[in-house]
Amino acid sequence: MSKRRFLFILLLGVLTALVVTVTVFAQDPAPTSAPLKAVSDNDVNLVAKKLYCPVCPNTPLDVCETTACKDWRAQIKDQLSQGWTEQAVMDYFVTQYGERVLAEPERRGFTSLVWTLPILILGLGLVVVWLVLRGWRNKRLSQSLPAAPPLIDSGISTAILAKIEAEIREVD
Amino acid sequence: MVPDIGLIALVIAFGVSVYATLMAVNGEWSQQLRWVASARNATVAVFALLTVSVLSVVYSLYVMDFSQAYVADVSSTAMSPFLRITALWGGQAGSVLFWAWMMAGFVTVVVVRKWKENAALMPYVIFVAMLTTTFFVGVVLFITNPFTKMWLVPGAQDLIIAIFQPANAQQYIPIEGSGLNPLLRHFGMIGHPPTTYLGFTGFVIPFAFAIAALLKNDTVSDQWIRSVRRWTLIAWIFLSIGLILGGRWAYDVLGWGGFWGWDPVENAMLMPWLTGTAFLHSVMMTEKRGMLKRWNILLIILTYSLSLFGTFITRTGVVGSVHAFSKSALGPAFLVFISLTFIGATVLLLSRWNALKSEHEMESIFSREAAFVLQNMLFLAITIAVLWGTVFPLITELFTETKITVGPPYFKQVTGPMFLALVGLMGVTPLLAWRRQPARKLLKRLAIPLIGSIAGAVAWAIFKPGSQLYAIFSMGMVFFVTVSILAEFWRGTRIRMSTRGENPVIALAKLVMNNRRRFGGYIIHLGVVMIALGFIGDAFYKQETQGTVSMGETLTIGAYTLRFDGLESYFGSDGREVVEANTVLFKDGKQVKDLSPRRDYFVVQEQPVSIAGVYSTPAEDVYVLLVGWETVSNQSSTFKIYVNPLINWVWIGGFMLIFGIMIGAWSKTRGNVEATYTLKQPDQAIGAAPLAQPSTGD
Amino acid sequence: MTDKSPEMIDQLPPVETPRAHYWSNGVRFFSVLLVVGLIALLGWGLVQASKEPLEDGMAPDFTLTSFDGRTYTLSELRGQVVIINFWASWCPPCREEAAYLESTWRKYQDKGVIFIGVDYADAEKPALAYIDEFDITYFNGPDLGTRISQKYNIKGVPETYYVAKDGSLKGNQIGPLFPPKLDNRIDELLAEPYSE
Repeated sequence: MSKRRFLFILLLGVLTALVVTVTVFAQDPAPTSAPLKAVSDNDVNLVAKKLYCPVCPNTPLDVCETTACKDWRAQIKDQLSQGWTEQAVMDYFVTQYGERVLAEPERRGFTSLVWTLPILILGLGLVVVWLVLRGWRNKRLSQSLPAAPPLIDSGISTAILAKIEAEIREVD
Repeated sequence: MVPDIGLIALVIAFGVSVYATLMAVNGEWSQQLRWVASARNATVAVFALLTVSVLSVVYSLYVMDFSQAYVADVSSTAMSPFLRITALWGGQAGSVLFWAWMMAGFVTVVVVRKWKENAALMPYVIFVAMLTTTFFVGVVLFITNPFTKMWLVPGAQDLIIAIFQPANAQQYIPIEGSGLNPLLRHFGMIGHPPTTYLGFTGFVIPFAFAIAALLKNDTVSDQWIRSVRRWTLIAWIFLSIGLILGGRWAYDVLGWGGFWGWDPVENAMLMPWLTGTAFLHSVMMTEKRGMLKRWNILLIILTYSLSLFGTFITRTGVVGSVHAFSKSALGPAFLVFISLTFIGATVLLLSRWNALKSEHEMESIFSREAAFVLQNMLFLAITIAVLWGTVFPLITELFTETKITVGPPYFKQVTGPMFLALVGLMGVTPLLAWRRQPARKLLKRLAIPLIGSIAGAVAWAIFKPGSQLYAIFSMGMVFFVTVSILAEFWRGTRIRMSTRGENPVIALAKLVMNNRRRFGGYIIHLGVVMIALGFIGDAFYKQETQGTVSMGETLTIGAYTLRFDGLESYFGSDGREVVEANTVLFKDGKQVKDLSPRRDYFVVQEQPVSIAGVYSTPAEDVYVLLVGWETVSNQSSTFKIYVNPLINWVWIGGFMLIFGIMIGAWSKTRGNVEATYTLKQPDQAIGAAPLAQPSTGD
Repeated sequence: MTDKSPEMIDQLPPVETPRAHYWSNGVRFFSVLLVVGLIALLGWGLVQASKEPLEDGMAPDFTLTSFDGRTYTLSELRGQVVIINFWASWCPPCREEAAYLESTWRKYQDKGVIFIGVDYADAEKPALAYIDEFDITYFNGPDLGTRISQKYNIKGVPETYYVAKDGSLKGNQIGPLFPPKLDNRIDELLAEPYSE
């Protein structure tokens, strides 16, 4: 294979790849010619629930009553009726207004930390509980103190406790 | 005139609280009781002076003295006298004064009532508590003063807000005030701030005692921990009521069909509640078994620090929130104050760490102690998760320069399972004995609640087909706890009936009244389970629909149908324009209630408020919002309908919780409470100094 | 009934092992670090929250793509006076100044002045309707991800920033502009000498 021919094929390959990529990525989330879907307020709210109003202090988009929020919900309605997927709408919002519009931080990148730390803490907590309990138990065992009689309840006098025991024995 | 008296009283109060703080130090330093007594008297005087200050603001609000900037800001002639008085805590300046006053009140009660009981600690307690009070009085005086006036300076664009007349200025007295934020005109908002503040400020007392004990190095005597328990309980009660009222307010006023939105400010209130709850449980381990002393002190410090943290983020707007007060110059001073508090407390606690040894060891994994340790860990883990979610947007912005939101999905997913585990523990713990529980006996006692739980879960799955497994499991937990607790009542009552021949009602009443703390606790737990029901309903079974309908048309959701019969608009007495829809709600075709959802628009404040039409039953609420209408024709309107299953159990549970607290908190039966374990008295302790047992390995 | 259990017998104080010592020192250090970290974070948050809109220094650079697909980069506009206006269609005060802004633009467009409208957090449809309504002909584009607004620390809309020929910021206007304020500012800025 000549060098020139190789280069030509390479170029062709690159071009094809480029065209494919462009068509895939530049694809409008919906072909504009597609018939408009009927979109209800409920469909809109379902998406809006996962988004926050970009300008109000900490208010989900589905319950926000400002003019701006109504515009955004109308925008979601337009996009859904053009056949956009929920994800496409959300991605659009992130590009337009920043990551703060997501009610749920993304589970990748830096914000994945928000999800992982609580799990780590819980794991650590369980380990600590286990160590503490074991430590106490071992210490007691190593001290070989005589075990005290078990106490069922705290607030009831011994006399009543005895009765309870008797009662329980009877019942059982 | 009256405002001047208030201002003078405030100035003197500041001076006197500085004096009280210094005298407490001086008294301990010189070991002279009279200085300490002087500090005590000064504390009482601060409270009296702040009372004068508060009354003067209340008076100005009542007579609508609009020469006062604060009064002009939060009240107006359109507001009722009662509402005007509650405006004391409707704005930043008034609420900080109110806050300082409450804190001084708490400290006063402590120094008057606990004078003899905790004599040795008193100088330290006064020092810590009055230092804090001084800070808040200082903030009121220097930063958010409620006695400022408005001044017009020739040439300047804006009004100058100041106490004293600037050069060439003329006083400006508006004829009408702007009025309280309409969203705050609700019974929940009238009760929510005072109770919340009582909760937050109340935690200063346990904190002061804990710091006092650490400073004094009084780790052998446990006398103070009992005082601390009571004070924590009091603060906790108010915080609980504040949380419930806040939830109710959100449900009625904010118009999103929910009661808990995981907003930073809500979280700020939840966190001290969580650690406070953990403390109220773990302190039992100290009282009854002499265990977990360090842990308890840590929890007290954490609880108070978290309430300070909460106050900080609420009032400085560091974290974006729906509730934030308007930004003010409060931030830097507050930051310095909380830094000193946090670092001081941390260093002090760490330096005393080894001296705080527990005396008893645990015997068995199957014991109440073990359950308590697990429970405490869960409470702390939830607190950390909530704190993390609350400050994470700041962290992200710091490291990636990206603003993000951490909304309810995070909090629900992360804390839900942990809360569920806590609910489960509420069911298991009563079945466990202190020290150890023979496994066989435990299984026997578990049998009935387990059967009840499985039966309940199965019934639920049939009753609510299509439920998620998680939901069914949660309901199973609820049944488990309910049966387990009710079985305790049943067992005790039956024993009384058979041993004393009492009738069931008397037996039950006497059982509860003779073991108030224990059964009060069970009643609180039943309340918590009911609240959990509300959260389960909210998380798994909430439904909503929205639609635009013309006159006579209907909107359907589940078994309910809403018919729209027309729209009317009128003016309210307090400056609101009301648009109200007439609708009729049908269930399975039968008419159940006329609902009038409306939208009030407060003209002066330019603030709309949605007031839902609600059809409320124990099983579910139908919550109808008017979200839009055709402005020209009034012919069609848009409604949003929520069906909120089990939501009323939140409020019922709230009442149950308060009822349980009333039963349990004022237990006169001290001897009874400590029946199983007598704490060492200080004199004994002196004789046996190295009482501390080997470290627990931490 | 008291419970003087045998555990209450006196014990010698524990001997701390070196390993435990290091461990506890580590925990201590870590706790202090956490507390200090939290405070530092709050302090930083406080600084962020109290940041005022930029007034001077070099105007932060940005590239804006307009609604009709043209692109402008601020740093490439040296030698011209640039007026950056932040607005949104949902903002009532913006409407008060819109007509004035447009008429001023028409007056100065051939005199070495560039107007850049930065549409802050807006939905596209109402934004285009707004531009149409006021017949706005100067360059306008959406502030993607609100990045530009964040650079200028805007507190709200409308806000207007004046950029001199050398690219430095010469003050701002918070809230709507009314005649003849903008004319005056532009005249002042045009009068400033500039050499490349």
